[in-house]
Amino acid sequence: MDDLSLHLLDIAENSIAARATRIDIVIIEDRGEDVLIIRITDNGIGMDDCMREKVLDPFFTTKPRKSVGLGLPLLAQAAEESGGSLTIESGSQEGTEIVASFALSNIDRKPLGDMDETMRVLRATHPAITFSYQYQLRD
Amino acid sequence: MKLKVDDLDKISEKMQSTTNLREGVWRARINVHMGTCGIASGARKVLSAFLSLIEESGSTDIILTTSGCAGLCSREPMATVELKGEPPVKYVDLDEEKVEKIFTEHVLGGKIMEEYALAIGSERMF
Repeated sequence: MDDLSLHLLDIAENSIAARATRIDIVIIEDRGEDVLIIRITDNGIGMDDCMREKVLDPFFTTKPRKSVGLGLPLLAQAAEESGGSLTIESGSQEGTEIVASFALSNIDRKPLGDMDETMRVLRATHPAITFSYQYQLRD
Repeated sequence: MKLKVDDLDKISEKMQSTTNLREGVWRARINVHMGTCGIASGARKVLSAFLSLIEESGSTDIILTTSGCAGLCSREPMATVELKGEPPVKYVDLDEEKVEKIFTEHVLGGKIMEEYALAIGSERMF
């Protein structure tokens, strides 16, 4: 994926598949701390401990017939390659929160990309789901 | 910002379209496959192109949806077009130019673009 807005679209599709009715995306660009933080939270069916441990494994998927199982591993890789990390908090029937951090100045950090377009297509194709998007720039 | 009558008309049309989708009042359904493979291959551009074409056409009876990976990652981006009462058609290796032709010829005109199509009809799983 060329940029982070495409990764976020992919992760949002996971939330939709998890029957979320609300998906919140927050992006914080903190220039003082040299960090880009992306947080995506949903109120879907969540994951138990066993699944949460496996979701970062490449090709692990809960959709066995037709799914690649690379969405989260690729985002985790993008974060780690740019000096960051990815964490997942989730509980069965408690929703999921994914936080990915990236070193802003790292040469391998992917650009954010067109978040407006990502939000536009999500809202247009899933009118029953509430999407919120916040971008915060901190110096 | 004061709303004008034209603004209210636009809001009404948008809500009508959304309501039609929710209530299943549709003539054509377009499904863009948005698995990781599809997104990495350019599915968002395909989706955006369909969305813009639907908006420009003013149609309120066309549903645009997304689904996960279709199981044929090497032919992404893909979209399935289904006209009511007709079998679905799976289009592959899409770009914005092909999307425009498919929308005009198939979605609006009812003529399948065979040169871009992979399969017609639903799959059977065993």
